[in-house]
Amino acid sequence: MTEITTEKARIGAPSAQPFINGFTEEGESLSPINAAASKAPLAGEAVKRHSHGGGVGVPDSSRAGRLTSYKLADFKPLTGLEEDWRFTPLKRLRGLHSEVLKGAAPSVTVSGPEQVTVETVSRDDKRIGSAGIPEDRVSANAWENFSEATVLTIPAEFEAGTEINVVITGQDTVAAAQHLVIVAQKFSKSVVVLDHQGSAVVSENIEIVVEDGADLTVVSLQEWNDDAVHASSQQAKIGRDAKLKHVVVSLGGDLVRVTPSARFTAPGGEAEMLGLYFADAGQHLEQRLFVDHAVANCTSNVLYKGALQGRNAHAVWVGDVLIRKEAEGTDSYEANRNLLLTDGARADSVPNLEIETGLIKGAGHASATGRLDDEHLFYLMARGIPEDVARRLVVRGFLHEIIQQIKVPALEERLTDAVERELAVTNN
Amino acid sequence: MSTLEIKDLHVSIDTEQGTKEILKGVSLTIKTGQTHAIMGPNGSGKSTLASTIAGHPRYNVTSGTITLDGEDVLAMSVDERARAGLFLAMQYPVEVPGVSMTNFLRTAKTAIDGEAPKLRTWTKEVKDAMAQLRIDADFAQRNVNEGFSGGEKKRVEILQLELFKPKFAILDETDSGLDVDALKVVSEGVNRAHETGNMGTLLITHYTRILRYIKPDFVHVFVDGQVVEEGGPELADRLEEEGYDRYATGAGAATIAASQA
Repeated sequence: MTEITTEKARIGAPSAQPFINGFTEEGESLSPINAAASKAPLAGEAVKRHSHGGGVGVPDSSRAGRLTSYKLADFKPLTGLEEDWRFTPLKRLRGLHSEVLKGAAPSVTVSGPEQVTVETVSRDDKRIGSAGIPEDRVSANAWENFSEATVLTIPAEFEAGTEINVVITGQDTVAAAQHLVIVAQKFSKSVVVLDHQGSAVVSENIEIVVEDGADLTVVSLQEWNDDAVHASSQQAKIGRDAKLKHVVVSLGGDLVRVTPSARFTAPGGEAEMLGLYFADAGQHLEQRLFVDHAVANCTSNVLYKGALQGRNAHAVWVGDVLIRKEAEGTDSYEANRNLLLTDGARADSVPNLEIETGLIKGAGHASATGRLDDEHLFYLMARGIPEDVARRLVVRGFLHEIIQQIKVPALEERLTDAVERELAVTNN
Repeated sequence: MSTLEIKDLHVSIDTEQGTKEILKGVSLTIKTGQTHAIMGPNGSGKSTLASTIAGHPRYNVTSGTITLDGEDVLAMSVDERARAGLFLAMQYPVEVPGVSMTNFLRTAKTAIDGEAPKLRTWTKEVKDAMAQLRIDADFAQRNVNEGFSGGEKKRVEILQLELFKPKFAILDETDSGLDVDALKVVSEGVNRAHETGNMGTLLITHYTRILRYIKPDFVHVFVDGQVVEEGGPELADRLEEEGYDRYATGAGAATIAASQA
């Protein structure tokens, strides 16, 4: 691996969008007053209609002044020059950003403990909008077009002994919208696996509510067929002393763009956000995450690791961490590591850290992208291990750091096998 | 009985200033059961010889041969050399993140033997070898060399030497950075491997200290990429008293070589 750059608590706003009115490097536009006074629709009807629990007129889901809205019309048509879209090949979005999403949503099948309730609800269900608001045009397009949503509720104080499997199967490639809500009620403990498979062109909004004291793990697994296009906004709201472990595993699909966010709404919350991706020739795997420290004494830890192989394999990781003025006592770290296994692959990695208070425990970010270390290979080969086996050992070891943190044995085995299959593709 | 034969070996490396010749014609023959010590000042090319035998890509052999029982070692890849029976205990073993020692040792043993070791006997063998080298049992679960101290890394190199049972072991400054206790433990490990009677040893060292614990049959003094003096164990004693000063580089080396001829 190449040198690892680590910067501790660098003040600044690398993701600052200068075109946003009233934004400065000091982040003044982040204050509720400014946000409310701005023209962002957040401060208007949308918020009141959905009552985000962030206080009257106070947007609890803004990112450094980023436009957020439930209405598609509020987002300008994409040109690809937007900071948020500059890495994404819009031509390959198959209309998710530009067309009415009329296709049938991928089917949803849930299995797990019987105490967990699964409902299919209409758009006007009061739980819709309880944790999320679109932050980009593709997400807003799905919000405008979904017909019904699946709501998963883990009842209060229930501790699920086995994981809850949500199998989301795409049937065809007509552009579609999907909506899911996961509610982990107070003091519940559970693991939810979102298993995306089949062929689909889908924009998906997933709302995750982690109520006070709840402990929720959400694993979003993208093992789509090669033709799938998937944009997934996964927005979580984390309550007092609640814990969310969010894991993104992207392996299959032509274009997968996952945008997870964690917003703390009360002190004592903890977010652990992990990601693993393996991009093959021609694949575009993108992850843009956001951790919003809006209250005091919360902890976040982000680690995404990816391997890339083959021509035009492309991975994008953008990690935004915002520590607001109120968020004293925050402890936060984010890191991204990429391993380029062949020529012709490209990894973009952008860690952004904005800090508005000095009264924090820690804040750091790191990013490293490199090739397989020749000295690692030499060491293993000097012990008789053939080169292909040595390469696999090193790559497996690199990705295993994420897999072993998922702590769901069946899933660990499955992901280990999936990584083996990826490695076998080009005999790496 | 095996023979490792090095003949008139010339090795260079590519540097920013151009190609630099490091070994300038080295010849050496080691047979099973023998221990050869290669001694010399820093920068004399000792470690280059070790890495070249193992096949490190940084070193280019410009002329000369290395053969193992007549087989052309230079034509073999790094892993083929190891499977043919050559083992290099490295001066600076690298950390390999995410690969556990257990997995690594089993994978390497399988590659070298051509078949997986029997699980029950293998586990016991590893455990016993670790105990003899005073390596904590929990190292087996740790990643290869990750977070190991300098001394621990060297012990783990010797652990591999004992487990993989090579025909020839090349120890590249295994003694450097070890305290006396660790040096004894490591030396005992090498001696155990040697006592099986199936191994030849090439011991590369800067200091004579390790030669109190591992007795060499032959001593070769390296200066500026060449062997300038050869002899028995008594040569090591002389080096201990006099150091390398008398082997002045350049013209001095040539004079010594001439006086030996």
